[in-house]
Amino acid sequence: MSRGFIESTTVGFGHALTRAMLSEQTARQRGLLQSLDPRVRVVGLLALVLAVTLSRKIEAVAALFALAILIALLSRVSLSTLAKRVWLIVLGFTGVIALPAIFSTPGRTVASFAGLAITEQGLRTASLLILRVETAVTLTTLLVLCTPWAHVLKALRALGLPKEAVTMLAMTYRYVFLFVETAVQMFESRRSRTVGTLKPSDQRHMAARTAGVLLSKSVALSNDVYLAMQARGFRGDVQILSNFRMTVRDCFALPAFVLAAAVVVWMGR
Amino acid sequence: MVYDGHGHARRSRMHIPDGYLSPSTCATLYAAAAAGWYSALRRIKRVLLTRVIPLISVFAAFSFVVMMFNLPLPGGTTGHALGVTIAAIVLGPSGAILALSIAIAIQALFFGDGGISTLGANCFNMAIVGSLVAYGSYRLIAARAAIDARRRVIAAAVAGYLAINVSALLAAVEFGIQPALFHDAAGTPLYAPYPLSIAIPAMMIGHLTFAGLAEAVISAGLVAYLQAADPGLLRATSGLPAESVGTALRPEARSLQRLWLTIAALMLLTPLGILAAGTAWGEWSPSELARSTPAAVAASSPESSASAPAGLQKLSNVWTAPFPAYAPTFVRSRGLGYLLSAMFGVGLLLILSLLMRRLLDRNRGKECPS
Repeated sequence: MSRGFIESTTVGFGHALTRAMLSEQTARQRGLLQSLDPRVRVVGLLALVLAVTLSRKIEAVAALFALAILIALLSRVSLSTLAKRVWLIVLGFTGVIALPAIFSTPGRTVASFAGLAITEQGLRTASLLILRVETAVTLTTLLVLCTPWAHVLKALRALGLPKEAVTMLAMTYRYVFLFVETAVQMFESRRSRTVGTLKPSDQRHMAARTAGVLLSKSVALSNDVYLAMQARGFRGDVQILSNFRMTVRDCFALPAFVLAAAVVVWMGR
Repeated sequence: MVYDGHGHARRSRMHIPDGYLSPSTCATLYAAAAAGWYSALRRIKRVLLTRVIPLISVFAAFSFVVMMFNLPLPGGTTGHALGVTIAAIVLGPSGAILALSIAIAIQALFFGDGGISTLGANCFNMAIVGSLVAYGSYRLIAARAAIDARRRVIAAAVAGYLAINVSALLAAVEFGIQPALFHDAAGTPLYAPYPLSIAIPAMMIGHLTFAGLAEAVISAGLVAYLQAADPGLLRATSGLPAESVGTALRPEARSLQRLWLTIAALMLLTPLGILAAGTAWGEWSPSELARSTPAAVAASSPESSASAPAGLQKLSNVWTAPFPAYAPTFVRSRGLGYLLSAMFGVGLLLILSLLMRRLLDRNRGKECPS
């Protein structure tokens, strides 16, 4: 029992680290998205996410899903990675939520199953919801897989996000991995000293204690970081270098993204 | 992304993904969240910014990692907490709002848990309302109990349970209003497909049991740990005199004074209500309602037979307000009537809150004789 709890948490941590490493690898490959200015990538893909939300017809969202697959192929993101990391997970999560809507949505009955009427409106709303979520998460994943985190942040800063927010996002991201590693070490050292099974109350006590130690370490670390920043002359004014340059390719890509989003919104209005 | 014990990803139901909410709902909640972020950032900026940036960032990272803990719950199941309560207890509401918002933004941007278009909604529900509910209920229940009092542990558990459930209720309401407001001509819901009657129970059952309990367990456990190992971290929001504030952020000492001044100004402004034409929507008396029914409007004659629903007529006599239409019967001037009503209302609330405070202080006296 205690193993299950410790292991399940460490497995979760492991998945987070694997995902981060995969992003770093994919971002280094040569592909369509990777060759574009990060600002164009961020604006372009977010415009497509917005188009997904604005489209009211299933056909329009399906067109965006097809476009997302095309972008993935051109950016050398393997479809099996997307299927494993996005499509199946979204289908499992949103599918379970959307399924009862097939029966519960009032409308024209098209079939019945186990005495329950399946309506046309129910089928459409369930498919629309699943397709919307699949498309939006695919587009967001493509952005993250093809763009190093530091570039996403710089692009967000160039697009007007306050620099304090950008700095905090960057620092948080860095310390997430440090804390994940620290937590894994704490859990593993505890596991290596555990013989037999722990009572559920002891497990809760242990989880709270681990989180507590992590909290104390966090505050101590923030003090160290503060002193380090002071030592380097930080006065609260954040400077972020932006060395992005728009190329001819970017000048074509940005209007292409925006146009595609606008056409889909018009199609699906 | 949240993973379960078998390595499968399991999304938290409170992180609303893209596609569940309409663009107008997303925009409204982004605006509401922006107001919360702006206010929190302004309060935080009064403290030394150089000190705040690393503290908030590190705390956001801590909250992120705590959200990944697979907590064993009473009954043999496991659940994931949000970490909003401990953030509110250690950092105060403004710090917690920013730290949680950053953690939620990283989850959405980097780990695909929660959407981009719904980021405003997620931050509003969990970071802003969650922090405020957690902080308010913790302060109210803990009152001025000693730092090491057991009451603080119970207060943290209740605050965690309430914060998660209020956040979940908000998300459920956001889901539940979608089909009524956004559907096509054939009646197909365009976003979340379930009405409030389904969305609320479906969301709340899971949160009233597992998620709320997970937050209560981790918040209480962390407060108990800090009481023994690092009590300085609990002092900032304890309401006790600051011996050593530690590293956390102190809430503004003058905020209460400002609150009094704002209440006084609002009381003085109450007669402005007289300027408004007609009655506030939905606050009609039975006779006003009868006048505004379609039948009455169609007939547009004083002899119209339209009347208010019988049930409303019956219930309207159950309670008669002491100051009908915000004017005590003995006052001739409407402006003065509004002022007196405002003073009476605020006074009543103050007496109630003082009574609650006394009750809580008495309990504290039993718990902490010193």
